[in-house]
Amino acid sequence: MSEFFIEIFCEEIPARMQVRAGSDLAKAITDGLKKSGLTVDNVQSFTGPRRLVFTANIPAQSPDVNEERKGPRVGAPEPALAGFMKAAGLTDISQAQVKSDKKGEFYVAITSSKGRPSSDIISEIIPSILNDFPWPKSMKSGANHFRWVRPLQRMICLLDGQIIPVQAGGITASNITEGHRRHGKGPFEINGFENYIETLENQGHVLVSAQKRKEIILSDARKLCADKGLELVEDDGLLNEVSGLTEWPVVLLGDMDPEFLKLPDEVIRLTLKTHQKTFTVRDPKTGKLAAHYIIVANQIAPDGGAAIKKGNGKVISARLSDARFFQTEDAKIPLIEYYDKLGSVVFHKKLGSIQDKAERVAALARELAPKVGADADKAEQAARLAKCDLVTQTVVEFTSLQGQIGAQMYRNEGGDEDIATAIEEHYKPQGPSDAVPTNPVAVAVALADKLDTLVGFWAINEKPTGSKDPYALRRAALGVVRIVLENDVRFIEEMGRGSFLFWLDRAMLGPMLKRGQNSYQSKAYEFEEQLLTLALRLSLPISQPEKDAIKLQIEKLSVDIDGDIAEAFIKLTQLMWDQSKDLLAFILDRLKVYLRDQGMRHDIIDAAMSGDEDDLVSIVNRVKAVQAFLSTDEGENLLAGYKRAVNILKSEVKKGNLLDSFLMPPDPIISEPLYGNAPDTKPSRPTDPYGAALFDALQIASTEIKTALAREDYSAAMQGLAQLRAPIDAFFTQVQVISDDTAVKDNNLKLLLNIRDIARQIADFEAIQG
Amino acid sequence: MAKKNDTPLSFQGLILTLQNYWAAQGCVILQPFDTEVGAGTLHPATVLRSLGPKPWNVAYVQPSRRPADGRYGENPNRLQHYYQFQVIMKPNPPNYQELYLGSLDAIGIDRDLHDIRFVEDDWENPTVGAWGLGWEVWCDGMEVSQYTYFQQVGGLDLDLVSGELTYGLERLAMYVQNVDNVYDLVFTDANDANGTPEVLYGDVFHQNEVQQSTYNFEHSDSEKILDKFKMAEAECQALLALDKPLPLPAYEHALKASHLFNLLDARGVVSPTQRQEYIKRVRDLAKGCAQAHVKHETTVTDRAWQL
Repeated sequence: MSEFFIEIFCEEIPARMQVRAGSDLAKAITDGLKKSGLTVDNVQSFTGPRRLVFTANIPAQSPDVNEERKGPRVGAPEPALAGFMKAAGLTDISQAQVKSDKKGEFYVAITSSKGRPSSDIISEIIPSILNDFPWPKSMKSGANHFRWVRPLQRMICLLDGQIIPVQAGGITASNITEGHRRHGKGPFEINGFENYIETLENQGHVLVSAQKRKEIILSDARKLCADKGLELVEDDGLLNEVSGLTEWPVVLLGDMDPEFLKLPDEVIRLTLKTHQKTFTVRDPKTGKLAAHYIIVANQIAPDGGAAIKKGNGKVISARLSDARFFQTEDAKIPLIEYYDKLGSVVFHKKLGSIQDKAERVAALARELAPKVGADADKAEQAARLAKCDLVTQTVVEFTSLQGQIGAQMYRNEGGDEDIATAIEEHYKPQGPSDAVPTNPVAVAVALADKLDTLVGFWAINEKPTGSKDPYALRRAALGVVRIVLENDVRFIEEMGRGSFLFWLDRAMLGPMLKRGQNSYQSKAYEFEEQLLTLALRLSLPISQPEKDAIKLQIEKLSVDIDGDIAEAFIKLTQLMWDQSKDLLAFILDRLKVYLRDQGMRHDIIDAAMSGDEDDLVSIVNRVKAVQAFLSTDEGENLLAGYKRAVNILKSEVKKGNLLDSFLMPPDPIISEPLYGNAPDTKPSRPTDPYGAALFDALQIASTEIKTALAREDYSAAMQGLAQLRAPIDAFFTQVQVISDDTAVKDNNLKLLLNIRDIARQIADFEAIQG
Repeated sequence: MAKKNDTPLSFQGLILTLQNYWAAQGCVILQPFDTEVGAGTLHPATVLRSLGPKPWNVAYVQPSRRPADGRYGENPNRLQHYYQFQVIMKPNPPNYQELYLGSLDAIGIDRDLHDIRFVEDDWENPTVGAWGLGWEVWCDGMEVSQYTYFQQVGGLDLDLVSGELTYGLERLAMYVQNVDNVYDLVFTDANDANGTPEVLYGDVFHQNEVQQSTYNFEHSDSEKILDKFKMAEAECQALLALDKPLPLPAYEHALKASHLFNLLDARGVVSPTQRQEYIKRVRDLAKGCAQAHVKHETTVTDRAWQL
């Protein structure tokens, strides 16, 4: 085996790109070598601020390869033979061997290619790997068209210490490298991997391994802190970054004016991390930040790092002074007074300002409040306050602290704690692993904020497509799903199913109002607003006389409406309804993904979501009950009985003995669920004992399931279904379903249809596999 | 010019040292451009000369104006008028990084004592449709220069890559002289032989900051400025619409429009939506100039005056 070693040396590579570049290089080289028939062992790759390094053991040359090419039959026409000889590189057909199979004899050309020296293979693959390297961003330099992350300076390419003079980007590989700019620039002549590591470490003062640099930074920083009775605030992201910014890391403990500790910890941490790439330090006894920080320098300075500490200290002090200045300025007026400024910050051109959004969220949060057990006034107030910190100087500077800064200001003003929590948490959850708000006021605002965003972008038809989701609407929808499920928020109203859809429709009116063009349309919006407000009040726990009064009002409104307004109104409601249904489907898709991540079977999810149920909590309960039921013997057998019933029905349709329409699922509005689409699908009680038993069992199960579903007791519904197992099994064993007696046969088929329709109230079992 | 090692360079000494250093590398030393600009990059010697196939090496100091950054002379490091030192080498030589580090040595930054780092910072100036990759250069955690390899200017790909260096002179001088307030910088050393006194940055510029801030924030007439903006815009467009367009004077009017917009912005009369619109208008002008310039360059013969 030979040692292959390559170093690509360039100007400073962005820290965030180094690790990926190292693995991309290793993969590209390994793949290239293997493709050329070489085995590749002992692969190692390293990255640093100015270099990518790869080494592996490979054979000195690739093996000889014999290739068989099958040709035409012996005695095939001339052109076929000529084509074969040309393709196989033969000058005469006698150079081919003759083989035979059961169909007869045919020609075979055997071409053997000699193995090639590995150095040739390397010279061939390296330039194209460098030319096509997948940097996230690359650049040209000077007059050269070669693209690299920053200007390429040198290359080493060695096979067993021998230079392979590959060329790329105007650079020819040699055996020379450079070390640390101040501590050992070199140049150094290198004869192999081990020699390289050793030379750079001992003479060049460069630690080639990022892992090693990280270990040194971490252990030195911990020790430096511990010596002063302090503790390092560890941060993996920052550690990776500083290890990508140093070749010879030297850790220093800097200090700051303790006055700065009055700033929020997050402000200090973010300032130090993002602007100065320094670690914060805390006092292990109190857990509070200490007036120190860890600097990771790239060299040992003759003054012990005094100048470096002083310089960093100055910048940090200036940065923290800025932050303190922002905070003091921000606190000069109460949080709510920033509300006016939100009017000049655009949320989206077609959806108005942040203030417009906050107004919509406030109205929606108020309406949602009773559903989540929140005080409506607080929810409304919190929604207005929630966005105010966006125009404070602190948040303009530290965007990731949005919410936190507002909450802190509000608390300092002595504001209500529920409202402060809502301000702080209303952006949550930001992703699949972020915590979900639980305080009712926070739930109302967080839910209203996300729903408003979703309905808004649906109202203006800016939906995510493929991988494009510039407004993070998938995340908002997942947020809605998680807030609803984890807080058990119910959307079941008196009007029955479709109530979450109703809420989406209701919420969509806000952003839709922006679209009102002429006076008819504006009036149509007003009219819809009145109707929806009344409809919403109907859903609240109010007395019957009140309800009747509201219903009367709705009727009166509908009668009095002017013709043109009515026309505009119909268009508006149709558009809103269509978009709301589309948005519901989008949210349900997120729910499916969420449930799959929770380990639910996708076929069961599909089965349980096949109805028009849109209450997320109910859907999840249903999915869980069906999955639990199907994992029992009873469930499995019942599923088999169900499928048998459906298959018989389908085959009868196929034979032309039944009409398609017979199998149509029952319409929940116009027909009673039990008896399918048409009245004549209602079976009569059979005379044979097994049929009669099934008939009776179906009657009982149907009632039980219906009552169980009404109180959302899915396991009881499953129990009701389970009772059918024995009668179904007996029916199939003892009764000839397709009887010669047409009347009996028809009645039996109706019984089977009954089985399907009763089960379908719970889930569409046909969607379930197995 | 040479200074003793223990006394740091004065502000003008810093400028002179950088000029001499880059002159020695073969750069043309230009004087500041005589139209208000927000950054040294906007000088035609950078924006227009980085386009086209001709090599170009230049260094110059450029006063930069950012009306909104004015603080009435009360903030120790924020100014509405400050200096940038700009270097362009086109095409960038292979040892450009080393040349840059040499300039830090020249102005007296001891790189054994101070930690110099190249931290990723890609540069973009949408107003002139330009972007490039590079770094901000840190000295002990403080940004002392912006270092960029231009990739596009005026929305056009470049034949030759320019390496751009921008030194923030006040900040660099504050570092070299170790002062915390910009107005305390030594602008000019005393000359004992002639009896001329030491001059501080504040002696030269403090009143200017006070008065210009007062003008920018309190007295600039938004309506008139808006009219001037429209005039500059129209003039630029007219020069570009000529049968034989004149990109060089047109570009000056684009720069004037840009500065007038900055004045409006400082006055706080521009809403965020309008802001986007103004920026787009200035960008269209600058891009138009860049494109006309490239087209024009191909028609100009080298050293036409000698023919």
